[in-house]
Parts: sequence; C-alpha cells; structure tokens
Amino acid sequence: MMKRLALAIGTVVVAGSALAQKSASDGIAEYRAMLQDGNPAELFEAKGEDLWKQKRGPKNASLQQCDLGKGPGVVKGAFVELPRHFADTNKVQDLESRLLTCMETLQGFNATEIAKTPFGRGEQANVTALATWIAAESRGMKFNLPNSHVAEKTMYEVGKRLFFMRGGPHDFACATCHGSDDKRIRLQDLPNLTKNPGDGVGFAAWPAYRVSNGQMWGMQLRLNDCYRQQRFPFPLFGSDATIALGAYMGVNAKGAESIAPAIKR
Amino acid sequence: MADPMRIRAQAAGDKATVRVLMSHEMESGQRKDSAGKLVPAHYIQDVTASLNGKVVMTAEWGPAVSKNPFLQFVVKGAKSGDKISVNWKDNKGDSRTDEATVS
Repeated sequence: MMKRLALAIGTVVVAGSALAQKSASDGIAEYRAMLQDGNPAELFEAKGEDLWKQKRGPKNASLQQCDLGKGPGVVKGAFVELPRHFADTNKVQDLESRLLTCMETLQGFNATEIAKTPFGRGEQANVTALATWIAAESRGMKFNLPNSHVAEKTMYEVGKRLFFMRGGPHDFACATCHGSDDKRIRLQDLPNLTKNPGDGVGFAAWPAYRVSNGQMWGMQLRLNDCYRQQRFPFPLFGSDATIALGAYMGVNAKGAESIAPAIKR
Repeated sequence: MADPMRIRAQAAGDKATVRVLMSHEMESGQRKDSAGKLVPAHYIQDVTASLNGKVVMTAEWGPAVSKNPFLQFVVKGAKSGDKISVNWKDNKGDSRTDEATVS
C-alpha cells in the first residue's frame, strides 16, 4: 500500500514539473510582451505620420493625395490589401514601392535614387517611417489582398516559384525553413508561410522594430535579409522579385490579423 | 532637432504611472564604423521630469542605456489633468522637452 502511494506521488511530481516547464518560445513571447509596452516602433509611427502630412520635396507637397489602393489619401485599411495592382503605374506594388511612386509623382523626389540609398539612410529612413505609420493605421485588421487582376495572379505564381526556388551556396529555398509547421532556427519559431500562419505571425508582423540592433525594418529589408541569409545576391529595393514574394505571402495570409508594427528580438 | 518623445501618464489612486519613449541614437562611443573609425559617443546625460513645473525626478544617464530608451516611473500625488513634462540633454548639448497631460 505504501509503495503504491509513493508511486502515485512520484507520478504527480513528474507531471507537475512537465507542466511548469516553459518552452523557449513561451519565454520569448513573454519577453516580447514585456517590451510591447514601450515598443520604439511608436517613435517611427509618429515620425511617419508627420512625414505624411508635411510639405516636402522639390514640389513642396505632402503625401496626403497618395493613392495606396483605396483612393487618394485613404490610409486606413490600405496596408492589409497590399501588394496590389495599380492602374496608373500598371504594376503590382507593395507598400514601400508605392510610397516611392507617390514621393516621385507628388513630391518630386527621384524614386530611383531613393531605391539605391542603403536602408536606414536619408529618404530611405523616411520611407520606413511612413510604412510603419501606414501599417499601424491598419492594426487589428485582417489581410485581404485583392488577387483578382491578372497581374496580381501572375505575381502570386511568380512569388510561389521564388519561394520554392533552391539556390545559393547553401542550396536552400525560403520553403526549406518556412514550408512546414513547427520549425525553428535557434530559439526562433519559424512561421509556415505557405498558408495562413496565424494572427500577427509572418507577413502580418512586419514592419517591426528589432530590439537587438535598434532598427525599424519594413518588408523590403526583411526580404533583403532573408536573401542575405540564403547568400543570394541582394534583390533591388522594390524589385518585382520582392513584390512577388510579398504577394505570395500576403495572399496566403488572408484572414490573418495584422499586428504591425510589431517588436522582434 | 531631435525627434519628439512619446509620453503617456495614467493616474490610478493617488499615483500616476508615467511611461516615456525617447528617440535617441545613444551611441556608446565603443563601436567602429565600416571604415574602422570609432563612432563618437552620443548619449543622453540628464533626464528631468516635472509635475506642473515642479521637478519630481532627475536622472543621470550614460552610454550603457539602450538606443531609443524607454523610461517608466511613478509620481505620487499626480491627478488627472496634471501636466507632466520630461526633458533630456545629451553630451552634444542637444536637448528636447515634451509634455503630456495625466489621464
């Protein structure tokens, strides 16, 4: 009788310790929640809002007439429907490349020059701040990319092929890490981007503030860094390849709630 | 001109919790740039917080404080409608003051 009791207690203790054990991702989620309260992305949001309204550039104009896909000047809800096809440029554009178009046509900046500027410098830093604010205006909304125009469908298909294209000295594709559930790199959980990975995960979490280097990253820099990890040549800012990948991930994320701008390790 | 701070102050009971997010490089002076040259130190040295113009907190900061620092403190006796102002000065003589109303 005593022996059986001791055994029973032993079982309870084991079960208890298994419950108390936190997974690494729980720990990271807790860390993020602690930082969320003072997310420095808010500073970029404030800067972006100001930049949107400010008269700037050779034409001394604001961006308030910029059409982000929902009509001139409509910001709320625009982010969760990008990338999309724009009739005026006859191109599928993501948020950042669309901002370049507006900065060129409305304000008279040279979009090619801005695209060539390294991330975080000069006007490029302003593009990131603007993207942060525009994304924040759609916080809590669900992704719903149009994907009905033939160009949008083409971009989606191209993005899918790029996502699965293996290459580089390490011979892997986006899909190698982001093609199935419950994968991780070191302690970071990797979202499965071939489907809707859930609210505020993957495509629905960028732009984000990186605590480790104190930088604000838009989707363009996020993808640029993915290619760096793949040891691929860097894609050009706003290039069709990055937009195709954005279209692929964005369409897949349909119904996911955007938490951007998020905070990352 | 430095970018604005984000200040939020919320009263609960006879205290108010103030949360401040500052926009600053906070360069430690230890890093080197791509050319191998030392990046000069640039960081906030003095922080002062006032409640309706009366100083309630001062702090001396150094290069070990993070970029875009977040500061949170509690002010006793602050009520809804009071004005909280926060000022910082950095080692290059730049400074910034922002104000918020306690809610």
